[in-house]
Amino acid sequence: MEAYLDNSATTRCLESVRDIVVRTMIEDYGNPSSKHLKGMEAERYLRDARERIARTLKVSEKEIFFTSGGTESNNWALIGAAMANRRAGTHIITTAVEHAAVIQPMMYLEEQGFSVTYLPVNRYGEVSLADLKAAVQEDTILVSVMYVNNELGAAEPIEEIGHFLKEKYPGILFHVDAIQAYGKYRIFPKKAGIDMLSVSGHKIHGPKGTGFLYIQEKVKIKPLMLGGGQQKGMRSGTDNVPGIAGLGEAAGEAYRDFEEKRAHLLRLKEYFMEQVSMLPDVVINTRPGEDGAPHIVSVSFRGVRSEVLLHALEERGIYVSSGSACSSNKKLPVSAVLKEIGMERELLDATLRFSFGRFNTEEELAYCVEALKELLPMLRRYSRH
Amino acid sequence: MFQAFLIKYGEIGIKGKNRHLFEDALMKQIRHALKPVEGKFFVRKEQGRIFVEAESAFDYDEVIAALQQVFGIVGICPMVQAADEGFDKLAETVNDYLRKVYGDREMSFKVNARRAKKSYPRTSMEINADLGERILAAFPNMKVDVHKPDVMLDVEIRDQIYIYSQIIPGPGGMPVGTNGKAMLLLSGGIDSPVAGYMIAKRGVKIDAVYFHAPPYTSERAKQKVVDLAHLVARYSGPINLHVVNFTDIQLYIYEACPHEELTIIMRRYMMRIAEHFAKETGCLGLITGESIGQVASQTMQSLAATDAVCTMPVFRPVIGFDKQEIVDIAEKIDTYETSIQPFEDCCTIFVAKHPVTKPNINIIRRSETHLEERIDELVQTAIETTETIWVE
Repeated sequence: MEAYLDNSATTRCLESVRDIVVRTMIEDYGNPSSKHLKGMEAERYLRDARERIARTLKVSEKEIFFTSGGTESNNWALIGAAMANRRAGTHIITTAVEHAAVIQPMMYLEEQGFSVTYLPVNRYGEVSLADLKAAVQEDTILVSVMYVNNELGAAEPIEEIGHFLKEKYPGILFHVDAIQAYGKYRIFPKKAGIDMLSVSGHKIHGPKGTGFLYIQEKVKIKPLMLGGGQQKGMRSGTDNVPGIAGLGEAAGEAYRDFEEKRAHLLRLKEYFMEQVSMLPDVVINTRPGEDGAPHIVSVSFRGVRSEVLLHALEERGIYVSSGSACSSNKKLPVSAVLKEIGMERELLDATLRFSFGRFNTEEELAYCVEALKELLPMLRRYSRH
Repeated sequence: MFQAFLIKYGEIGIKGKNRHLFEDALMKQIRHALKPVEGKFFVRKEQGRIFVEAESAFDYDEVIAALQQVFGIVGICPMVQAADEGFDKLAETVNDYLRKVYGDREMSFKVNARRAKKSYPRTSMEINADLGERILAAFPNMKVDVHKPDVMLDVEIRDQIYIYSQIIPGPGGMPVGTNGKAMLLLSGGIDSPVAGYMIAKRGVKIDAVYFHAPPYTSERAKQKVVDLAHLVARYSGPINLHVVNFTDIQLYIYEACPHEELTIIMRRYMMRIAEHFAKETGCLGLITGESIGQVASQTMQSLAATDAVCTMPVFRPVIGFDKQEIVDIAEKIDTYETSIQPFEDCCTIFVAKHPVTKPNINIIRRSETHLEERIDELVQTAIETTETIWVE
């Protein structure tokens, strides 16, 4: 049996995605920028994708910009908006548990003269609105908070933050990294006070190398990619028609029968957490049910090295992720996120992430739990002294 | 401009009656090295010299880089080849060559002609003098110096005429395959690929063994070792890599023996298994990347303890090297970047806080008696389940 429980790393493409990608590579392969019919045909795919995505967010299609993925979307939103608004101020607020694709651009902006406040989190990885309120300064121009934490499955109070900002500080831009949340939550930027939203295609059964950034119409932002002036000059480069067509299909599919898909994930999560919590010496780092993401469960196994457990599961066809790669004698950095939630030292190197997708079944999870029951005592018996 | 290369080789020239064996091995290695290079090449031997002749367009830099990885080559001379169309034409070709390589530089030269084709109408001495004259006439900045010339211009008259003056250094050593075969214990570290390279340089063909300990070591760690074998194979020729699953043996030692002796006992079993494959494949020795005192298992006492289980010689070419000296070679042969990828290897997974550094062989042997019940069976299984990968 095989159980792919690493859907937060990437997902299997839908067959309908594959079909449209192939069609736009082999048949309708034109360049949308060409003036002839072949170009127009290709352009239709872009329009379709844009429309389908805009509909899932209830925004205008003019506000959707295609990128090469989540990392580019985050880089563009943060650097592009900070640079375009630096006259209004140079202070930015984010959280201490963001993905590297947010943290690294923040560090770059610090080098460029911006100052950044990193909000602390509780043991589940959640920020508090109170901390955010206290961090706002006169010169704050941008707030960036992830919707769902990729390592822990924490769901951040996005709507609360969005409403607070729009009410008290309408001038501050609010960016949300929704890479782990899009397709798992109904997200309506206009209602939630979100100005920019990053999404990646391959996390929602679309192709790798695809993604988009929602940019609310009035946001001032500079392009990072300069060139032939595609996408209204905001993101130059020949449009990745196959990728965009695949992304549009994946996005549309993610929100078809949405309630059912979400309920399926929640059922899997509930089952898995219940089973795992019965194992000895485990700590679950994710909130149950609707209080956390429906598809991510982080578990620490006391006395077991995560990397070894990961490979032992791999031998049985079970694929998961370790929060950190820590090698014996070498002092490699352990996960910054796990440190931020105040995890005991001993567990930092003993934590695995299980992430579910729509193709997983309860049977697969039962198989995984059985494997854990067998492996944990064995691995605990042999340890480094 | 160049159509051929003269290959200079050093040590193999002195091997008396075996000389042709060495030359043939060198030609084989040259052909192997040129296989992935763009273009068609003809490698031939003629009167004690090896020539590489291009039969199509080729990339000069690529050819030099490939030849510089062939052990046994001391120097590579790029040559211009010309048909014999009379002396005037020859002088023209020579001047053309000099202009392209040296421009109008101020320098001294000496013509060193050799007339292998005795029917050529001028003697070597005459060619030297006559060509020198033509060169002096064409290049006012050049002068003749027969004792210490800046440039020695070789002109060889054979069926074709060969003109060359530059020698690009080769790696030296002996052609691989002329000195038997040895089994390299290849870990994922910095030292063992260097050790393999050094022994291969002396003409020894290499096979390798790697100890894999899933789930404690990952598939990526194994891939890293395959990558390292691939890098060493550029010099040594293809390597048969034996991947031994060592987990059960390791866990058994862990359970039955004192923890501080784990590493040393483990290494003794690695040597035993490596020697098994060495004998099976006709190897004449084992190679390790050990260097005295580098870690607990490489003290003089520890080396003696691991040596004691081997019946064939164990070659440790980096034994007297400091880490930095090994790193320098690793960087030169381009294995360093791969070696430092951070994957756990099977020697470190259960390493004790204070492993023995001066193991007493009698105590180690006594500890190993605790393994009597199952160890033979486990070793046998490990040998039987070994996967062999052909790495080019």
